[in-house]
Amino acid sequence: MKKSSLLVTLCFLIGSGSLATSLRAQVTPKIQFEKYKLPNGLEVILHEDHSTPIVAVDTWYHVGSGDEQVGRTGFAHLFEHIMFMGSQNVPVGAFDQMLEAAGANNNGSTTEDRTNYYETLPSNALQLALWLDADRMGFLLPTMDLPKVNLQRDVVKNERRQRVDNQPYGRADEIILAALYPKSHPYSWPVIGSMADLSAASLADVQNFFRTYYAPNNATLAIAGDFDPATVKKMVEQYFGSIPRGPQVKRRTTVPAVVIPRDTFLVLEDKVQLPRLFYTWHSVKGFSKDDAALDILAQVLAGDKNSRLYKKLVYELQTAQSVSAFQDGSRLDGKFQIDVTPKPGQKVSDIDRVVQAQIDSVISNGITPRELQRAQNTYKASFLNRLASVLGKAEVLNSYNYFVGNPDFVQQDAARYERVTAVDVQRVAKTYLGRPKIILTVVPEGKKEMMLTASGGGR
Amino acid sequence: MKLSGSVSALSMVSLLALQSVATAQGTFDRSKAPELGPPPKVSLPPIVTRQLPNGLKLMIVEQHELPLADFVLLVGSGSTADPANKPGIANLLSAMLREGTTTRKSLEIADQIAFLGIRLFPASSWESSTLSLHTPTAQLDSALALFADVALHPSFPANEFERVRKTQLTELLQLRDQGAAIASIAFPAIIYGSAHPYGAPAQGTEASVKALTTGDLQSYYEANFRPNNATLIVVGDVTPAQVEQKINALFGSWQRADIHQLNYSEPPKSGTTTIFLIDKPGAAQSSFRIGAVGVPRSTRDYFALTVMNTILGGSFTSRLNQNLRETRGFTYGAGSRFDMRRAAGPFLASAEIVTAKSDSALLEFMKELNGIRQPVPPAELSRAKRYLQLQLPGNFETTQQIAAALVPVALYGLPLDYFNNYVQNIEGVTQADVARVAQQYINPGSLAVVIVGDRKTIEQGLKSANVGPILIRDITGQPIQ
Repeated sequence: MKKSSLLVTLCFLIGSGSLATSLRAQVTPKIQFEKYKLPNGLEVILHEDHSTPIVAVDTWYHVGSGDEQVGRTGFAHLFEHIMFMGSQNVPVGAFDQMLEAAGANNNGSTTEDRTNYYETLPSNALQLALWLDADRMGFLLPTMDLPKVNLQRDVVKNERRQRVDNQPYGRADEIILAALYPKSHPYSWPVIGSMADLSAASLADVQNFFRTYYAPNNATLAIAGDFDPATVKKMVEQYFGSIPRGPQVKRRTTVPAVVIPRDTFLVLEDKVQLPRLFYTWHSVKGFSKDDAALDILAQVLAGDKNSRLYKKLVYELQTAQSVSAFQDGSRLDGKFQIDVTPKPGQKVSDIDRVVQAQIDSVISNGITPRELQRAQNTYKASFLNRLASVLGKAEVLNSYNYFVGNPDFVQQDAARYERVTAVDVQRVAKTYLGRPKIILTVVPEGKKEMMLTASGGGR
Repeated sequence: MKLSGSVSALSMVSLLALQSVATAQGTFDRSKAPELGPPPKVSLPPIVTRQLPNGLKLMIVEQHELPLADFVLLVGSGSTADPANKPGIANLLSAMLREGTTTRKSLEIADQIAFLGIRLFPASSWESSTLSLHTPTAQLDSALALFADVALHPSFPANEFERVRKTQLTELLQLRDQGAAIASIAFPAIIYGSAHPYGAPAQGTEASVKALTTGDLQSYYEANFRPNNATLIVVGDVTPAQVEQKINALFGSWQRADIHQLNYSEPPKSGTTTIFLIDKPGAAQSSFRIGAVGVPRSTRDYFALTVMNTILGGSFTSRLNQNLRETRGFTYGAGSRFDMRRAAGPFLASAEIVTAKSDSALLEFMKELNGIRQPVPPAELSRAKRYLQLQLPGNFETTQQIAAALVPVALYGLPLDYFNNYVQNIEGVTQADVARVAQQYINPGSLAVVIVGDRKTIEQGLKSANVGPILIRDITGQPIQ
């Protein structure tokens, strides 16, 4: 394979075999890119990588479930499905048929904040992807009708059944979001939406949503891989340049205040053998000051076998089957969550005492240099892994461009984790995990008495 | 400029109505899909092979794009090498590899994995066990030393074993929560029977896991983890000379031994199509697994079967997915596959179907399983072949993908130029080949239809579908006592 155009600025420090030296030698590479904007507002980001004769085309629309209206939850994601149902020049079914015949893989995804559509394909087929993506960006509505909407409504309801309703603990998330955030908060409902709201979505909703959000001035097209930039720029201009600019998109920049005055205890009965405890705190949005320290805290609490909660609950006491922790920082807000599944016969109150004691210990005594180093090194390596594929790089470019306004933020992002100190971790534990929280116990059907009703930390 | 800009914007509106747009490149017709140039030449990376004196084979592929490397130690024994009355050994052994070596304790191993920022994970399958390492090359020596220690000197400490056993027993309990998992365990138990290794549960049963000892793991390890029963796949920012030297130093003293060759009994003959219904009260979806004993990896029909299955259920536009998802909206996704192993593995079609449509979905499944036996239209055949051929380069992009692609080459002894001839072999598959293998290997009259769902809601409809008799089974696929 040929050399990639990644600027790998590694300093080959010849280590004396010492681990610390070799870890310093591992440097996060820069990604060379070119970014420009078409007159209609479409942002374009190009990254050449000729190591494999394939290209990734990755379009981000700056709309997600957080932009939905009350009564239409799940619509942004339903709309994502509808985008594969053909457009003015692409008959129903032809989108996937043409891509498969060209050797492409394609998909899309929706979050609270954005919706993406991507294809990875042999480099000769790049033009096909651009033609297809331009047609659905500019000409989706002429052939849109209610049967298309109804069909994907049924598919999405089955997606919800598969991921939520028929999945053990699957409904925990929507219960937590509704309890954590006020009703008017854009993250108070799940991306997949409710069955009732999915039923209510109309053809007019599809038309309005498209006209409001699916315009070139609300999208970014990232292309990474094996192409000639001059040729690709001409193709992008040809296919996308004439799509008219849409109205200025007004999106929220603020969210309602989140107030949790005291610990809130909830219970959900589910078809499960074992209960599971979910602790959720309001935290901070992604890329904000304490976001990286909270990521490190999650790693220190439950990232691996030596992490505080795993080691105590799963390894030593063996009263829990599994534990996880994560900071979820989105565009406008964030939450920190811990969940623990007790072993059969274990009481959630006993698990809770240990969880609180471990959190209190981090708050009171901080963490060791080794704990910090392990978490930082794990993060450091993860940045390299995200750059291994052209689709990974297109996603990295789009993501940083959207969230921080700079496609090549990977080195700065890695540096955020390098800068976190043990004092930071202790401080964010105190600040955020010291707050009142939502505590949901999912219990086996008919066993509500298993729920946690008071927390050892007792705030 | 401003004026002319607004004029051209106006004319654009009228042109749009004609589905034709003036651009800087001149007029083009948006209604026509672009004509694509020839696909890029596929040049797959060369595989360098070496063998250590103790029999350990090396397969090395250089990939210098990022300072990363992947190592996969592939041992040619998995759960089918579990003694018949002790299912679950290979699976537990794999879970125990990171739990202690003669010189490292469990928590020390975990500490080093996190400190080095590497991934080191063991896994077991039907016929192989693997230990995979993904590491930045900056940490190569430390990572490889840990990798070799975990592979060669596991000590199976008793206290760690008791903990891992307890975790495994709890996992077996939690499997009851998931209809899809129940179906995936019951299906092979039903088509192979418990006497055949492919019918035994790889994760063991509650009784077998409770009875296992560290001695069982040690015996399995001694019998199967031998250099002459293993291949080390190496892909990444390394050179063959460097790899050979390092691996020789770390794995050179690994002792060879005779490996017991497994003989698989013939699977039971399949009867007439029967529905095996497993009750999961209140389930929102029914988990479908429909199929029969299929073919071994060594089948001469491999390429014809691959093309046929791509059309039937192997891609998004395949018939099963188009019908059950994109036409009827019964599911989030439907598909099929031939799981080819040393002996004949299962063929199965599967989907998670909304409870209320279980009977209609069954009829559609049967329709497609019958329909694929008829000659497929040339355009559909051609699309499937292009899809398989043209996506090949994309499967060789990252070090992890390349390492994964080499696993079947090593495990089933495929020729080293296997991928170089892949495109040509797919090209050779004809319409007649597809019809022949469909008729030979998919027999709608003798299928096992395993459905895990809400019995009281779906049983009557399934009966009315008149596809076959309904037998009620427990969650392991056995008749209810």
